Amino acid sequence: MLATLPGLTENDNLPLINARPARITAPSENFKHMSQLKKSFHIKSRDFIRAGEASINIQNLLKSMDFDPSLIRRVAICGYESEMNVVMHGGDGTLSIEVDSDRLILEITDDGPGIEDIDLAMQAGYSTANDDHREMGFGAGMGLPNMKKNSDRIQVDSKKDDGTLVRMIFFIPEKGETD
Amino acid sequence: MLVKDLVEKFDLAVTGGKSGLDREVTEGYCGDLLSEVMGNAPAGCAWMTVQGHQNIVAVAVLREMAAIVITGGQIPDAETIQKADQEGIPILQWPDSSFSLAGRLFSAGVGNPASE
Repeated sequence: MLATLPGLTENDNLPLINARPARITAPSENFKHMSQLKKSFHIKSRDFIRAGEASINIQNLLKSMDFDPSLIRRVAICGYESEMNVVMHGGDGTLSIEVDSDRLILEITDDGPGIEDIDLAMQAGYSTANDDHREMGFGAGMGLPNMKKNSDRIQVDSKKDDGTLVRMIFFIPEKGETD
Repeated sequence: MLVKDLVEKFDLAVTGGKSGLDREVTEGYCGDLLSEVMGNAPAGCAWMTVQGHQNIVAVAVLREMAAIVITGGQIPDAETIQKADQEGIPILQWPDSSFSLAGRLFSAGVGNPASE
Protein backbone atom coordinates (compact mmCIF):
# COMPACT_ATOMS: atom_id res chain seq x y z
CA MET A 1 0.00 0.00 0.00
CA LEU A 2 1.52 3.30 -1.05
CA ALA A 3 0.02 5.70 1.42
CA THR A 4 2.33 8.62 0.81
CA LEU A 5 4.79 9.65 -1.82
CA PRO A 6 7.07 12.17 -0.14
CA GLY A 7 9.37 14.19 -2.35
CA LEU A 8 7.88 12.87 -5.58
CA THR A 9 9.56 14.12 -8.72
CA GLU A 10 8.92 13.41 -12.37
CA ASN A 11 11.95 11.13 -12.49
CA ASP A 12 11.01 8.92 -9.62
CA ASN A 13 10.42 5.36 -10.59
CA LEU A 14 7.01 4.99 -9.02
CA PRO A 15 4.06 2.90 -10.08
CA LEU A 16 2.33 5.84 -11.68
CA ILE A 17 0.41 5.74 -14.90
CA ASN A 18 1.58 8.42 -17.28
CA ALA A 19 -1.64 10.08 -18.26
CA ARG A 20 -0.15 12.99 -20.15
CA PRO A 21 3.29 13.84 -21.44
CA ALA A 22 5.55 15.10 -18.67
CA ARG A 23 5.73 18.86 -18.74
CA ILE A 24 7.77 19.99 -15.80
CA THR A 25 8.33 23.69 -15.54
CA ALA A 26 9.90 26.01 -13.07
CA PRO A 27 7.45 27.67 -10.68
CA SER A 28 6.03 30.87 -12.08
CA GLU A 29 6.74 34.20 -10.40
CA ASN A 30 3.33 34.06 -8.76
CA PHE A 31 4.02 30.88 -6.86
CA LYS A 32 7.73 31.01 -6.14
CA HIS A 33 7.18 32.26 -2.63
CA MET A 34 3.92 30.53 -1.89
CA SER A 35 3.96 28.39 1.17
CA GLN A 36 2.46 24.94 0.79
CA LEU A 37 -1.24 24.68 1.42
CA LYS A 38 -3.43 21.65 1.93
CA LYS A 39 -7.20 21.47 2.35
CA SER A 40 -9.28 18.38 2.96
CA PHE A 41 -12.99 17.71 2.58
CA HIS A 42 -15.01 14.85 4.03
CA ILE A 43 -17.02 12.91 1.43
CA LYS A 44 -19.94 10.90 2.69
CA SER A 45 -20.93 7.67 1.02
CA ARG A 46 -24.32 7.75 -0.77
CA ASP A 47 -24.77 11.47 -0.07
CA PHE A 48 -25.95 12.52 -3.52
CA ILE A 49 -27.27 15.78 -2.10
CA ARG A 50 -23.83 17.17 -1.24
CA ALA A 51 -21.92 15.41 -4.02
CA GLY A 52 -19.82 17.89 -5.94
CA GLU A 53 -19.61 20.50 -3.19
CA ALA A 54 -16.02 19.67 -2.24
CA SER A 55 -14.96 20.05 -5.88
CA ILE A 56 -16.77 23.37 -6.14
CA ASN A 57 -14.91 24.53 -3.01
CA ILE A 58 -11.61 23.43 -4.53
CA GLN A 59 -12.48 25.17 -7.80
CA ASN A 60 -13.22 28.40 -5.92
CA LEU A 61 -10.02 28.10 -3.89
CA LEU A 62 -7.89 27.67 -7.03
CA LYS A 63 -9.70 30.55 -8.75
CA SER A 64 -8.96 32.79 -5.76
CA MET A 65 -5.29 31.84 -6.17
CA ASP A 66 -5.38 32.90 -9.81
CA PHE A 67 -4.37 29.60 -11.37
CA ASP A 68 -4.66 28.99 -15.10
CA PRO A 69 -8.38 28.39 -15.97
CA SER A 70 -7.68 25.25 -18.00
CA LEU A 71 -5.69 23.80 -15.09
CA ILE A 72 -8.57 24.57 -12.73
CA ARG A 73 -11.02 22.92 -15.13
CA ARG A 74 -8.95 19.73 -15.21
CA VAL A 75 -8.68 19.62 -11.42
CA ALA A 76 -12.44 20.25 -11.13
CA ILE A 77 -13.26 17.32 -13.45
CA CYS A 78 -10.98 15.00 -11.49
CA GLY A 79 -12.40 16.21 -8.17
CA TYR A 80 -15.97 15.63 -9.26
CA GLU A 81 -15.26 12.15 -10.62
CA SER A 82 -13.42 11.32 -7.39
CA GLU A 83 -16.34 12.46 -5.28
CA MET A 84 -18.87 10.55 -7.34
CA ASN A 85 -16.80 7.36 -7.13
CA VAL A 86 -16.86 7.60 -3.35
CA VAL A 87 -20.54 8.58 -3.17
CA MET A 88 -21.56 5.68 -5.41
CA HIS A 89 -19.08 2.93 -4.60
CA GLY A 90 -16.92 3.82 -1.62
CA GLY A 91 -17.36 4.05 2.08
CA ASP A 92 -16.81 7.51 3.52
CA GLY A 93 -13.76 9.27 2.15
CA THR A 94 -11.59 12.37 2.06
CA LEU A 95 -10.80 14.58 -0.93
CA SER A 96 -7.78 16.81 -0.48
CA ILE A 97 -5.98 19.41 -2.56
CA GLU A 98 -2.39 20.31 -1.97
CA VAL A 99 -0.77 23.34 -3.57
CA ASP A 100 2.96 23.08 -4.04
CA SER A 101 5.38 25.40 -5.81
CA ASP A 102 5.18 23.64 -9.18
CA ARG A 103 2.24 21.24 -8.89
CA LEU A 104 -1.21 20.61 -7.49
CA ILE A 105 -1.90 17.28 -5.86
CA LEU A 106 -5.46 16.01 -5.65
CA GLU A 107 -6.00 12.95 -3.53
CA ILE A 108 -9.07 10.88 -2.74
CA THR A 109 -9.08 8.13 -0.16
CA ASP A 110 -11.98 6.02 1.00
CA ASP A 111 -12.64 3.06 3.23
CA GLY A 112 -14.99 1.41 0.76
CA PRO A 113 -14.91 -2.04 -0.81
CA GLY A 114 -11.82 -1.37 -2.91
CA ILE A 115 -11.23 -2.09 -6.60
CA GLU A 116 -10.72 -5.73 -7.43
CA ASP A 117 -9.16 -5.23 -10.86
CA ILE A 118 -7.60 -1.76 -11.33
CA ASP A 119 -6.68 -2.33 -14.99
CA LEU A 120 -10.30 -3.17 -15.76
CA ALA A 121 -11.58 -0.17 -13.78
CA MET A 122 -9.29 2.13 -15.80
CA GLN A 123 -10.91 0.99 -19.05
CA ALA A 124 -13.43 3.41 -20.55
CA GLY A 125 -16.91 1.93 -20.43
CA TYR A 126 -16.32 -0.48 -17.56
CA SER A 127 -18.61 0.26 -14.62
CA THR A 128 -19.94 -1.39 -11.50
CA ALA A 129 -22.74 1.17 -11.09
CA ASN A 130 -26.17 -0.16 -10.23
CA ASP A 131 -29.47 0.57 -12.00
CA ASP A 132 -30.30 3.53 -9.72
CA HIS A 133 -26.96 5.17 -10.55
CA ARG A 134 -27.48 4.58 -14.26
CA GLU A 135 -30.93 6.09 -14.15
CA MET A 136 -29.33 9.29 -12.82
CA GLY A 137 -26.89 9.37 -15.72
CA PHE A 138 -23.92 7.87 -13.85
CA GLY A 139 -22.25 4.57 -14.61
CA ALA A 140 -20.90 5.45 -18.06
CA GLY A 141 -17.58 3.91 -16.99
CA MET A 142 -15.79 7.20 -17.56
CA GLY A 143 -14.87 8.18 -14.00
CA LEU A 144 -11.32 6.86 -13.70
CA PRO A 145 -10.61 7.31 -17.45
CA ASN A 146 -11.64 10.99 -17.14
CA MET A 147 -9.34 11.34 -14.13
CA LYS A 148 -6.47 9.77 -16.05
CA LYS A 149 -7.09 11.94 -19.10
CA ASN A 150 -7.20 15.19 -17.14
CA SER A 151 -4.28 14.72 -14.75
CA ASP A 152 -0.57 14.72 -15.54
CA ARG A 153 0.07 11.72 -13.31
CA ILE A 154 -2.31 9.32 -11.65
CA GLN A 155 -1.69 6.64 -9.07
CA VAL A 156 -4.47 4.22 -8.15
CA ASP A 157 -3.84 2.05 -5.15
CA SER A 158 -6.51 -0.32 -4.00
CA LYS A 159 -7.33 -3.88 -3.23
CA LYS A 160 -10.54 -5.71 -2.47
CA ASP A 161 -12.01 -4.88 0.95
CA ASP A 162 -9.18 -2.47 1.71
CA GLY A 163 -10.29 0.95 0.48
CA THR A 164 -8.91 3.01 -2.39
CA LEU A 165 -6.41 5.82 -2.79
CA VAL A 166 -6.21 7.82 -6.00
CA ARG A 167 -3.57 10.49 -6.23
CA MET A 168 -3.45 12.87 -9.18
CA ILE A 169 -0.72 15.38 -9.95
CA PHE A 170 -1.14 18.47 -12.11
CA PHE A 171 1.97 20.40 -13.07
CA ILE A 172 1.50 24.14 -12.91
CA PRO A 173 2.14 25.64 -16.34
CA GLU A 174 4.45 28.59 -16.60
CA LYS A 175 2.78 31.92 -17.21
CA GLY A 176 1.74 32.21 -20.83
CA GLU A 177 2.00 28.46 -21.39
CA THR A 178 -1.30 26.90 -22.43
CA ASP A 179 -2.50 23.36 -22.94
CA MET B 1 -26.35 35.89 -26.51
CA LEU B 2 -27.30 36.08 -22.84
CA VAL B 3 -29.36 33.42 -21.07
CA LYS B 4 -32.24 35.87 -20.75
CA ASP B 5 -32.18 36.47 -24.53
CA LEU B 6 -32.38 32.71 -25.03
CA VAL B 7 -35.33 32.51 -22.65
CA GLU B 8 -37.17 35.24 -24.52
CA LYS B 9 -36.35 34.04 -28.03
CA PHE B 10 -37.42 30.43 -27.47
CA ASP B 11 -40.04 30.99 -24.81
CA LEU B 12 -38.26 28.81 -22.24
CA ALA B 13 -39.63 28.44 -18.73
CA VAL B 14 -37.24 29.60 -15.98
CA THR B 15 -37.56 27.41 -12.91
CA GLY B 16 -34.41 28.25 -10.98
CA GLY B 17 -31.15 30.18 -10.76
CA LYS B 18 -32.68 33.45 -11.90
CA SER B 19 -29.67 35.43 -10.65
CA GLY B 20 -27.66 33.86 -13.50
CA LEU B 21 -29.84 35.09 -16.37
CA ASP B 22 -27.17 37.57 -17.44
CA ARG B 23 -24.63 34.81 -18.11
CA GLU B 24 -23.37 34.65 -21.67
CA VAL B 25 -24.18 31.61 -23.80
CA THR B 26 -21.37 30.88 -26.24
CA GLU B 27 -21.93 27.18 -26.93
CA GLY B 28 -24.49 24.39 -26.72
CA TYR B 29 -24.14 20.83 -25.47
CA CYS B 30 -26.48 17.83 -25.34
CA GLY B 31 -25.90 14.89 -23.02
CA ASP B 32 -27.51 12.78 -20.32
CA LEU B 33 -24.51 10.77 -19.12
CA LEU B 34 -22.98 12.97 -16.43
CA SER B 35 -19.38 11.76 -16.76
CA GLU B 36 -19.50 12.26 -20.50
CA VAL B 37 -20.82 15.80 -20.03
CA MET B 38 -18.31 16.45 -17.26
CA GLY B 39 -15.48 15.39 -19.53
CA ASN B 40 -16.52 17.18 -22.70
CA ALA B 41 -18.99 20.06 -22.27
CA PRO B 42 -17.52 23.46 -23.13
CA ALA B 43 -17.50 26.39 -20.71
CA GLY B 44 -20.26 28.92 -21.40
CA CYS B 45 -22.62 26.33 -22.89
CA ALA B 46 -26.36 25.89 -22.59
CA TRP B 47 -26.56 22.22 -21.55
CA MET B 48 -29.59 20.32 -22.79
CA THR B 49 -30.42 17.22 -20.78
CA VAL B 50 -33.36 15.11 -19.65
CA GLN B 51 -31.76 14.70 -16.21
CA GLY B 52 -33.52 16.75 -13.54
CA HIS B 53 -31.83 15.58 -10.33
CA GLN B 54 -29.65 17.82 -8.17
CA ASN B 55 -26.28 16.49 -9.35
CA ILE B 56 -26.65 18.33 -12.66
CA VAL B 57 -26.05 21.64 -10.86
CA ALA B 58 -22.58 20.64 -9.62
CA VAL B 59 -21.68 19.55 -13.17
CA ALA B 60 -22.82 22.92 -14.54
CA VAL B 61 -20.89 24.88 -11.89
CA LEU B 62 -17.70 22.87 -12.35
CA ARG B 63 -17.85 23.14 -16.15
CA GLU B 64 -18.71 26.86 -15.85
CA MET B 65 -21.80 26.47 -17.99
CA ALA B 66 -24.16 29.33 -18.78
CA ALA B 67 -27.39 27.43 -18.10
CA ILE B 68 -29.07 24.02 -17.91
CA VAL B 69 -32.05 23.37 -20.16
CA ILE B 70 -34.13 20.41 -19.05
CA THR B 71 -35.70 19.02 -22.18
CA GLY B 72 -38.32 16.48 -23.16
CA GLY B 73 -40.85 17.91 -20.75
CA GLN B 74 -38.90 16.52 -17.77
CA ILE B 75 -39.30 18.35 -14.49
CA PRO B 76 -36.41 19.31 -12.19
CA ASP B 77 -36.47 18.06 -8.59
CA ALA B 78 -37.15 20.64 -5.87
CA GLU B 79 -33.57 20.12 -4.57
CA THR B 80 -32.21 20.87 -8.05
CA ILE B 81 -33.98 24.22 -8.11
CA GLN B 82 -32.77 25.03 -4.60
CA LYS B 83 -29.16 24.23 -5.55
CA ALA B 84 -29.43 26.18 -8.79
CA ASP B 85 -30.69 29.21 -6.83
CA GLN B 86 -27.73 28.92 -4.47
CA GLU B 87 -25.20 28.68 -7.30
CA GLY B 88 -26.86 31.12 -9.70
CA ILE B 89 -27.12 28.55 -12.51
CA PRO B 90 -30.34 29.12 -14.50
CA ILE B 91 -32.58 26.06 -14.87
CA LEU B 92 -34.71 26.36 -17.99
CA GLN B 93 -37.33 24.02 -19.37
CA TRP B 94 -38.14 23.07 -22.94
CA PRO B 95 -41.10 20.79 -23.69
CA ASP B 96 -39.67 19.15 -26.81
CA SER B 97 -36.49 17.12 -27.48
CA SER B 98 -32.89 18.28 -26.98
CA PHE B 99 -32.43 17.85 -30.73
CA SER B 100 -35.18 20.32 -31.61
CA LEU B 101 -33.81 23.01 -29.29
CA ALA B 102 -30.20 22.39 -30.31
CA GLY B 103 -31.17 22.98 -33.95
CA ARG B 104 -32.83 26.26 -33.07
CA LEU B 105 -29.86 27.42 -30.99
CA PHE B 106 -27.42 26.57 -33.76
CA SER B 107 -29.54 28.40 -36.32
CA ALA B 108 -29.59 31.41 -33.99
CA GLY B 109 -25.79 31.40 -34.02
CA VAL B 110 -24.99 29.64 -30.71
CA GLY B 111 -21.84 27.54 -31.23
CA ASN B 112 -22.16 28.05 -34.98
CA PRO B 113 -18.84 29.13 -36.51
CA ALA B 114 -20.59 30.28 -39.70
CA SER B 115 -22.39 33.01 -37.79
CA GLU B 116 -19.25 34.59 -36.37
